[in-house]
Amino acid sequence: MIAACPECENKIDLPDTTRLSEVVECSDCRSELEVVSTDPALLVIAPEAEEDWGE
Amino acid sequence: MIRAAVLGGAGYIGGELLRLLVGHPKVELAAAVSSRLGGKRIDGVHPNLRGVTDLTFCSEEELGEYDVLFLASAHGSTMSLLPRLAGHAKTVIDLSGDFRLTDPAQYERYYGIEHTATDLLGDFVPGAPELAREALKSADRIAVPGCMANAAILALRPVAAEGLIEPDVTIDARTGSSGSGATAGSNNIHAERSGAMRVFAPAGHRHEAEIAQACGVRPTMTATGVEAVRGVQVLCRAQLRDGVDEAAVRRAYRKHYAGEPFVRVVAQRRGAYRLPEPKILAGSNFCDVGFAVREEPRQLLAVAALDNLVKGGAGNAVQSLNIRMGWPERLGLEFPGLHPV
Repeated sequence: MIAACPECENKIDLPDTTRLSEVVECSDCRSELEVVSTDPALLVIAPEAEEDWGE
Repeated sequence: MIRAAVLGGAGYIGGELLRLLVGHPKVELAAAVSSRLGGKRIDGVHPNLRGVTDLTFCSEEELGEYDVLFLASAHGSTMSLLPRLAGHAKTVIDLSGDFRLTDPAQYERYYGIEHTATDLLGDFVPGAPELAREALKSADRIAVPGCMANAAILALRPVAAEGLIEPDVTIDARTGSSGSGATAGSNNIHAERSGAMRVFAPAGHRHEAEIAQACGVRPTMTATGVEAVRGVQVLCRAQLRDGVDEAAVRRAYRKHYAGEPFVRVVAQRRGAYRLPEPKILAGSNFCDVGFAVREEPRQLLAVAALDNLVKGGAGNAVQSLNIRMGWPERLGLEFPGLHPV
């Protein structure tokens, strides 16, 4: 399965065993991506904790 | 094998050239010139070279014939040295600022002195493989860009060339102390330098002119010395043109740097190194280039990092030599940097 990274448009080759809700990493922008559909393959940005060094 | 000589071998850039050349599989380091250390071993002033060479510094008068001569002498003096030194080698690679600018009026404006070898300016090709690879294949006069200039040029060139930004660009450059040379002074003693974030060039830094020339932008640049020995990082801010989004910016960087051996696009969403960081590039010839897009106001932040002595000087010179000689560009430059460091 080929899916596009929603962050950087990189083409990501997902194995056929990929399941819903699995988290994968984009090899280009290193975003953590959640699989929200397998047919067709669809990825969204997985939520993450932000750093804040400004305090 | 070709024979190489380095003039100005006692300085930091010169020392970095010596380090790269003694490890280069197709170069014999045949001579290193120092005006003050003639007869002294080069590993005396560059102790990292102990055990890898027995070469001693010579004087300019002792120079023979070489295939390539690197000039790591100071700006202002190199333009007067070149006419009498050019006969020592077919190919000359200059790391000073004297032959980077094509317009002598700009040179006088930024360097504060008149250019005295204007007839030679047209002979030089930029030692910037990403901009001038084809010309470098036959160039016998090569002028390597300045360290902060090279970082800013690599950060801005793709988006400027693709017409994605407005021409006014502000550049915040940070540099390690080795960028100020190997000469001691009261401003550079440890008590003054340690912990300082010194804005040593609030306006009108010389590298502005190189960036304008290479990218066709109007840069205003500040330069700050930070708590590091090696490393340059530039933050370049520009207004995005109407309709330009983050995807278009990323496509521009991918298009320009997809095949480049020493430029990596680093714009990641996670990790401690999500944007270019000079710390992990020490000793390597990589320049990391990244970006972020701000939606309101619409602005591009382009970031680049490199080792000022390597991709910002000596490494770029050796990469240019590799191209000139038809060798693989990575030859002698494979070191990827250290982590942790």
